Amino acid sequence: MSTVRTGYVRPLDVKRGLVDMSHGSGGRAMAQLIDELFLAAFDNEWLREMNDQARVPMPAGRLVIATDSHVVSPLFFPGGDIGCLSVHGTINDVAMAGAKPLYLTSGFILEEGYPLADLKRIVESMAAAAREAGVPIVTGDTKVVEQGKGDGVFINTTGVGVVLEGVDVSGAHARPGDAILVSGTLGDHGVAIMSLRENLTFETTIQSDTASLHTLVAAMVEAVPGIRTLRDPTRGGLATTLNEIARQSKAGMTIREAAIPVRPEVSAACEFLGLDPLYVANEGKLVAICAPEDAARLLAAMRAHPQGRDSAIIGEVVADANHFVQMETGFGGRRMVDWLAGEQLPRIC
Amino acid sequence: MKYVDEFRDGELAKGIAARIANEADPSRTYHFMEFCGGHTHAISRYGVKDLLPASVVMVHGPGCPVCVLPIGRIDMAIELAIREKAILCTYADTMRVPASGGLSLMKAKAKGADIRMVYSASDALRIAQENPGREVVFLAIGFETTTPPTALVVKQAAALGLANFSVFCNHVLTPAAISHILESPEVRELGTVKIDGFVGPAHVSTIIGSQPYDYFAEEYAKPVVIAGFEPLDVMQAILMLVRQVNEGRAEVENEFSRAVTADGNAKAKALVAEIFELRRAFEWRGLGRVPYSALRLKDEWAAFDAERRFDMPERSVPDNKACECGAILRGVKKPVDCKVFGTACTPETPMGSCMVSSEGACAAHYTYGRFRNAA
Repeated sequence: MSTVRTGYVRPLDVKRGLVDMSHGSGGRAMAQLIDELFLAAFDNEWLREMNDQARVPMPAGRLVIATDSHVVSPLFFPGGDIGCLSVHGTINDVAMAGAKPLYLTSGFILEEGYPLADLKRIVESMAAAAREAGVPIVTGDTKVVEQGKGDGVFINTTGVGVVLEGVDVSGAHARPGDAILVSGTLGDHGVAIMSLRENLTFETTIQSDTASLHTLVAAMVEAVPGIRTLRDPTRGGLATTLNEIARQSKAGMTIREAAIPVRPEVSAACEFLGLDPLYVANEGKLVAICAPEDAARLLAAMRAHPQGRDSAIIGEVVADANHFVQMETGFGGRRMVDWLAGEQLPRIC
Repeated sequence: MKYVDEFRDGELAKGIAARIANEADPSRTYHFMEFCGGHTHAISRYGVKDLLPASVVMVHGPGCPVCVLPIGRIDMAIELAIREKAILCTYADTMRVPASGGLSLMKAKAKGADIRMVYSASDALRIAQENPGREVVFLAIGFETTTPPTALVVKQAAALGLANFSVFCNHVLTPAAISHILESPEVRELGTVKIDGFVGPAHVSTIIGSQPYDYFAEEYAKPVVIAGFEPLDVMQAILMLVRQVNEGRAEVENEFSRAVTADGNAKAKALVAEIFELRRAFEWRGLGRVPYSALRLKDEWAAFDAERRFDMPERSVPDNKACECGAILRGVKKPVDCKVFGTACTPETPMGSCMVSSEGACAAHYTYGRFRNAA
């Protein structure tokens, strides 16, 4: 990042201005955008150094790195926007190793013609989310693509964190007999987003659950350091996450439909859209797996945290050579909870 | 969820299950065909099978609108989108049905055809209004349930004077399909498909009423119980069918009385009669050409009929030889009897249409029930 001498450029016209190709050219316009928008919002000692990289101190422990690209549509939705989502998503990916997230980087891909006012809202939401989480954005990058070659704003964030020795959390560690827990109601984010899709539009009071979960994870790891698996059920929802873990751990799972928390508004929206809440995305929930003897302690620790008030034990890991996830239905029967096939499509009849 | 959870109540289900187990004669079997994909889906999704005694066997029927759509009709639609550069609008599941040459509507879309998923026929009409310079074709599929909305948009298009909107009509009729199954040699003569009764359609019957089924009960001596799509509806209907069989009755009974009357929805039926007329015959996947089993637009609405507006030669394309969808739709075979089930044919790479829709027998069994066949 280069410095801009103040005084000889007019300030960015955030109110009426649009992103244009010069904002990604490496020239003065780009430097100005960075200074007045990104630096002003994200401000911290590393960013202020204006280097192309950040040199940061690392505490002891193993390094954890995660990256996530955010392409959500629409960019603003009930309960959040792409900015805070891009912070929460990556912090959560780092945290799901049982780690403490320390730093974030951000890469913006902007589409020519995108209003600077909206970009400012996104950047400020991102900054607020990072501040609230206590995880600074220490370096970044901005590119501009021609109109029609992007969807307004894409944001990639990479997170760096550290995990203490002795904590060994992985999707491959689930064992038969282990308990499966979730940290709250499922499907809120996906339904909030779908309510705004152009060909759907229905009115709902449901808000996205987008949130950083690292303080919840810290409380869980403190209560049960031997926690086996943590994962946030984002795209593909709980069903996909459980199938991924089953495959990694070479085990099966049995869950109980009646124990899975779903808001009535979410199940109603899913009902008329022909969707299954188990496959709908979450951005502020996690799945945890632990030894059966630790389950009660872990559940208590989760429920004691504001983000885990509705936590529940929903089932257990079982031995199964096919790695099937099965569910005891509320109706009294049994069925598989399979991988999602294609996109979740509504039924017609 | 009020008015939904009540029909999925596990405690009530146990009560009905106990009555079925108690009343079903263990020395015989009961084969009931659930005509509708909606029932197939409910049975699989809620694990209804686990609540039935071994003597009660459910046979899946052909009532999945996506499943019965033959390859040729999808090919015709794809050609329309590519050759005429029309905006083709259709319901979601139709997008994935395999067509000729490894195509599907979804793959044609990826190749550049303008194919859009809509939630209702009126969405297609809106797209036509928003794109006056383009031809917009609604690929209409489904049984009697989805026909009235199509009729309505044709009327609306006429009232609006929309010159760029038309319907590629593939609406089919339930009673014709049931007769066809009952007349099939497998059921009539060979006895390879044993059917002791039908779980009758739910949503279709809200439109046509229960009266059209009287013929089957009388002529073929098969009990019919019209049932809703909730799992308790299905359980209750099975109990009613067991009772009819035990008592030697063959009547039309209505379990779905909260929505279905004897005469159905008079307004919807009048609307359909105003716009549509019977086709002499129509090709169904699995059933072949079935006489008087489908609808087309009447001459006075010809301007809105894509088949008359564009040059669309009728096409008939045989199914993949390895695919057993035909036999499965007729109840002759089960999904696991098909050699490609779960191997070459999966929901990700469907070869046959029964693997496409969640209401299809193969997709339902693969997605919800295949653990039952696991070693």
